[in-house]
Amino acid sequence: MLLTRSAPAMLEVEHVRTEYGAVKALDGVSLNVERGSVTAVLGANGAGKTTLLRTISGLVRPTAGNVVLDGEDITRRPVEEIVRRGLAHVPEGRGVIGELTVEENLRLGGLFRRRESASPDEIYELFPRLIERRSQPASRLSGGERQMLSIGRALVARPRVLLLDEPSLGLAPRLVAQIMAMVRNLADTLGLAILLVEQNARSALSVANRGVVLNLGRVVADQAPEELAADERLRHAYLGF
Amino acid sequence: MTKFIDLTLNGISTGAIYAAVALALCLIWRATRIVNFAQGAMLMITTYIASAVINSTGSYVIGLVVALAAGLVLGAVIERVVIRPVENAPPLNAVIVALGLYTFLIAFAGMIWGATPRAFPAAFSIRGYEIGGTRVLFAPNDTFIVLVVVAVALGLAVLFRATPLGLQMRAAAFKPEVAQLLGVRVGRMFTLGWALAALTGAIAGILVAPSIFLAPNNFDPILISGFVAAVLGGLDSPPGAVLGGLILGLALSYVSGYEGSALAPLAALVILVLVLMVRPGGLFSATAERRV
Repeated sequence: MLLTRSAPAMLEVEHVRTEYGAVKALDGVSLNVERGSVTAVLGANGAGKTTLLRTISGLVRPTAGNVVLDGEDITRRPVEEIVRRGLAHVPEGRGVIGELTVEENLRLGGLFRRRESASPDEIYELFPRLIERRSQPASRLSGGERQMLSIGRALVARPRVLLLDEPSLGLAPRLVAQIMAMVRNLADTLGLAILLVEQNARSALSVANRGVVLNLGRVVADQAPEELAADERLRHAYLGF
Repeated sequence: MTKFIDLTLNGISTGAIYAAVALALCLIWRATRIVNFAQGAMLMITTYIASAVINSTGSYVIGLVVALAAGLVLGAVIERVVIRPVENAPPLNAVIVALGLYTFLIAFAGMIWGATPRAFPAAFSIRGYEIGGTRVLFAPNDTFIVLVVVAVALGLAVLFRATPLGLQMRAAAFKPEVAQLLGVRVGRMFTLGWALAALTGAIAGILVAPSIFLAPNNFDPILISGFVAAVLGGLDSPPGAVLGGLILGLALSYVSGYEGSALAPLAALVILVLVLMVRPGGLFSATAERRV
């Protein structure tokens, strides 16, 4: 009987509400991300996708609800502490620090884990394109390289949960496919619980185990990707394909 | 020719002090995007502390060490107590707070130590070296000034370029939110930035004090020169601040030597306006524009 009960999810978001003044950016959002799985969060601009990630990582404080990381309540903890517990957040617009070199960006990602962090070399193995640029300022990287660097930098600390905010933004279709394949690969090989926020619903669903659709701060669907893609009403209303 | 050499040597020595003040301003600008108008008053306080310690112990070295420690503490406390609340407020708030702090510190020093100027000892002799029978306008104390400032600049360069702490400070300065997401304790880095700036300022104060006498308002011109030097080099760039200090020191030395010292403050102002018109980002700054 115990075997039939699944272990608690790696990341649980429970009835979270986040307000900016009078605006409810998130209005009772709940979702789970399992170990080794990708949950895609979809929805139009202003649906609350970025706010959801910022609430989970502690950059904004929810007014109600809880965020639970591997069984521990992390709601209202300082960002630095949440990050130390194994959560990595790759922000929208990539968050690469252009004034630092590629290598400095990578080293920065692992400073707080000291010896347990991955070495830059392990990340270069994952993203060989970054090796030749290691001593250049990150501001010189192309869009795709920046995306690789910011994901690589998040991996240096060996997180358990990875939040990705629109990794496909501004990338050519071929690169989008590459990034998505890599996201899938990270969940499969490292067992990461990945929460993937995307406007590009079709490519996100192609690698996700679960699709969550947000609209005006509420969850309007939480289903298997195939079901979401098959639901014409949802697709037309919220996903744009 | 002798005059030119004298003025050049003198310019290097005063330029080193401007460079130290510019470095202090630059550290705070990088950490918290605030132009610290209270820097001159802060280094005035630490110089008074040095003076008190030197008078009671008779040791220049102890006075220097205590003043540096006082600078660290003063900078950290000011950041945590006074500046922290306005860090995320509109820039004007921080300017007003810094001006308020300036007024407060000047009044505070006046209450404790009075307004009568007092002499401050130099570390070494201020009699110029004798080279080939002529005495040049550069004394052992000037060598000390230049060496100390070079050491401070190199120390800061090593800290920022070669240590994990410096990497975190730079990250916190450039992109605080991203740094936070990478586990950097950004608030602590800001405090440390202010502490280091106050320490650098304390050094500048002690170095300049023998030539200007110690009084609450006597450090205002040095802040203005330091500010011009920092803008000259680009407020964002510590190497720029050092170079800016040197250039300004030389320029003002030539102006006061050849045209009269009354013109020096005017020359500083002209340089400031010219730089802001031609290269508002500073001569050595990579970024093209600035929002001061």
